[in-house]
Amino acid sequence: MAGRLSSLTLFIALTGCAQVHSGGMLDPAGPVAQVQRDHFLIVVALVAIVIVPVFLALPWILWRYRLSRKSTDYKPDWDFDRRIEWVIWGVPVLVVAVLAAVLWINVHRIDPYRPLALQGVPQGAPPLPVQAVGLDWKWLFIYPEQGIATVDELVVPAGRDIAFDLTADGPMMSFYVPRLGGQIYAMAGMRTQLHLAADAPGGFRGLNTQYNGVDFHRQSFRVRALPPREFAAWAARARSAPPLDVARYAKLVEPSVTARPLVFGRVEPDLFAKVIGKYEGGSAPHHMAQAAR
Amino acid sequence: MISGLSYWIFGRLEWSDLLIKSNAIATGASCMVVIVAIAIVALLTWTGRWGWLWREWLTSLDHKRIGIMYIVISFIMMARAIAEAMVMRTQQAMAAGGGTDLVGAEHFGQLFTTHGTVMIFFVAMPFLSGLINYLLPLQIGARDLSFPFMNAVGLALTWAGAVLIMVSLTVGDFSTGGWSAYPPFTELAFSPGEGVDYWIWSVTLTGIGTTLTGINFAVTIYKERCPGMHLMRMPLFCWTALCTAILIVFALPPLTVASSLLALDRYLDFHFFTNGSGGNMMNYANLFWLFGHPEVYILILPAFGVWSEVISTFSGKRLYGYRSLVLATMCIAVLSFTVWMHHFFTMGQSANVNAAFGFATMLIGIPTGVKVYDWILTMYRGRIRFSAPMLFAITFLFSFVVGGLSGILLSNAPTDFAMHNSLFLVAHFHNMLIPGTLFGFIAGYMYWFPKAFGFRLDERWGRIAWGLWTAGFFAAFAPLYSLGLMGAMRRTSQTYDPAYEPFLYVALVGAALLFAGFVALVVQLVVSTRHRDRLAVPIGDPWDGRALEWFTPSPPPEWNFARLPQVECIDAFAREKREGDPYAPQDGDYADIEMPRNTGLPTLIGMAGIACAFGLVWHIWWMAIVGFVAMWGFLVARSFESRTTRTIPAATVREANEAWLSRARMARAVPREIEFTAANTGRAEPLA
Ligand SMILES: [Cu+2]
Ligand SMILES: [Cu+2]
Repeated sequence: MAGRLSSLTLFIALTGCAQVHSGGMLDPAGPVAQVQRDHFLIVVALVAIVIVPVFLALPWILWRYRLSRKSTDYKPDWDFDRRIEWVIWGVPVLVVAVLAAVLWINVHRIDPYRPLALQGVPQGAPPLPVQAVGLDWKWLFIYPEQGIATVDELVVPAGRDIAFDLTADGPMMSFYVPRLGGQIYAMAGMRTQLHLAADAPGGFRGLNTQYNGVDFHRQSFRVRALPPREFAAWAARARSAPPLDVARYAKLVEPSVTARPLVFGRVEPDLFAKVIGKYEGGSAPHHMAQAAR
Repeated sequence: MISGLSYWIFGRLEWSDLLIKSNAIATGASCMVVIVAIAIVALLTWTGRWGWLWREWLTSLDHKRIGIMYIVISFIMMARAIAEAMVMRTQQAMAAGGGTDLVGAEHFGQLFTTHGTVMIFFVAMPFLSGLINYLLPLQIGARDLSFPFMNAVGLALTWAGAVLIMVSLTVGDFSTGGWSAYPPFTELAFSPGEGVDYWIWSVTLTGIGTTLTGINFAVTIYKERCPGMHLMRMPLFCWTALCTAILIVFALPPLTVASSLLALDRYLDFHFFTNGSGGNMMNYANLFWLFGHPEVYILILPAFGVWSEVISTFSGKRLYGYRSLVLATMCIAVLSFTVWMHHFFTMGQSANVNAAFGFATMLIGIPTGVKVYDWILTMYRGRIRFSAPMLFAITFLFSFVVGGLSGILLSNAPTDFAMHNSLFLVAHFHNMLIPGTLFGFIAGYMYWFPKAFGFRLDERWGRIAWGLWTAGFFAAFAPLYSLGLMGAMRRTSQTYDPAYEPFLYVALVGAALLFAGFVALVVQLVVSTRHRDRLAVPIGDPWDGRALEWFTPSPPPEWNFARLPQVECIDAFAREKREGDPYAPQDGDYADIEMPRNTGLPTLIGMAGIACAFGLVWHIWWMAIVGFVAMWGFLVARSFESRTTRTIPAATVREANEAWLSRARMARAVPREIEFTAANTGRAEPLA
């Protein structure tokens, strides 16, 4: 009875969560976040094997062996049982072994450095490169193929792998779009990578998660996933916007918050490389990920 | 010219740095510190207690007094850190959905930085140092720690760090870089003020003190055990103390190195962690978490020790799976050094590295799970009494497995990518550190309080405190799990998503309940002190305890044991009570006992440390140099002290001991059913 009751509560809790947790990782809108959500549920289910018995056994023991009940099987010196020992060590070992296998698979499936030639993403179009630069307190997105740039608005074609290159021109920041997946740090003088995709057109919230000063909480951006044709049209329109020249960039780097998203019609082709190169001595490619490639 | 002169005298310190802050809340806190400090000084003067304070406490090398002072520091700092948590939650709840700010974003940054720094370094660490200090020698049948002077220096450096962080409330501003002080944000380029320097020196001072203490604990356990106390006969609390001590010895130096290198960057223009010029903050991340991950086990292992003692005693039963628990503790200690990279899965290392460190982290879940089951099996076939410490233990067992689940989720890089830096993470580590560590310490405090002061704490207020802490914990952190999954981040002074609001309100209520729980502890202390005659347990064994510390009067004499005990098994005292007559007259010879003589040098070292650190923070170089030289000067002075011990004559020891034993023989042994009544004078009738 107690078991059925607690599994019922668990069920209510979980369905409640599903409704409440829209907007985050439990409400995925892309293949990466999908893997993350599934991984989340698998881990919860497997770990439940170890923790549910605690919720069942503990109340029973507390009730049954309370002092006032004067239980007759009081065994003050009972302190070991070989069979129990096998169970309490063995079950967690098995659970962790299974978890390790699941981890191994999923960690490689959504390796931020690996293109999403994967599950659910239509093949065909090659990844769209986007360079993200973390600035105090805004994100600059450069589209090297289109030769345009935006600030605090990321427009992407739906259904296509977006290949991010990231760096920062300021303190360390962390790039994250909860409903699409992620995240990865952006560090000055270094280049990190991330692959994300949106399943369908829609709007999502992206942000910096690493504290970098007073207006940290305002460093968020809107992600707009458009059908591929609309994306192309948007990019073509964007080209008529004013250019992002050296002076404009110097202004952007200064710590500030932009009131509304900006669009730039032309960008120096090697701006991203220049931003990394600013920090001489730190411009070597990012160590470990590179070594593993 | 004038400004040059004032720089030589006052460094960067200006009148405007004093007392008045950016907003009313901060200014209020600043004034509060000054008022409380003045009130304490006035009270001590008025009651003529300065001499008493100096003679009995500040110069004492007695491990028991040092332990109590550590816990006093912890309680004072806890009041501050919980109040800060309340302010933060109020700010977030008020500002949600574009409401008004209670404190500005700048002050909010200081709040989460001091809250984390204080809770880890000045609440949890002193609490565990205090508990271990007090109990370790008693439990292994020793007179003191191996190095009493070094012990007092460790305490002095800890309170020096605490004082410095309190001074930062009134003089200038604290860092906004978080308790982990990640560069490059904490480099001069982004944090030019004195805040990060406050962080560096308060953490460095206490870090050095803790390292000394860790060495002391480890040596004491290896060298000072009484005859027959094999390692495998030690109470589990001693085992956890040993593992914690070893972790401290290996983990604290990387922290001191990291903070020192950061200081070199800031003071002497080195470039260890800067953006560019060859600096790389990832070296900091590695060094810091090489300390930071073992640190969480430094914090939690002693609490595991407390749980083992509390659960076994209040179940009236031997600990189930003693060997399992020892093995599990050792496993955790070793594994804790193999997982630090899980703190930056999102820094761009390869999938293989992330998988390996995720796996290593999950491995820790195995011995931890075993421990939980061992504790539950300790209750099985026992006679459970729902005392306040036991109630805390029950909350702990239920909530800790939830924290374990969230820990496993964070240890998996695929899920960590989504949870890193989110409120889910905040919920997870508070889940481990509040029911795990803090509840353990509170339970330990309530359980051993009668040992230290000779009277029990009021049971009713203990249960009220338990209720508030438990409800507060769930209300404060369950919503944060949800918020984290919804994509809400930590360290934000405000959030813009209206869906977050209800969760933030519940979390605020939780924070208020936790604060009320703290107040209940204070009330409990006051009420119990008033009724100390009714609650007195001078015989020393109010709970039918099992290990040696209960076989002493309460409070124990300075020398702990009249003659060093001889043990033949685990839970030696429990067996003696059932099979023998522990309070029989101990005839035969008593010997003179040598105890360390009081000295004021550790306190002077602490004060010099404050001067040195304060001088460094404000670039008052003369003060820094004088403080530094004085610290070493006092240490050198110690080597010239020739009479460091004093002898307690055998006759005194005999008299005190026989008086206690005869009192115990005359006392009524109370059964467990009435252990919370006035009939309990500290002689327990064993359960049958
Ligand atoms: Cu906290
Ligand atoms: Cu860790």
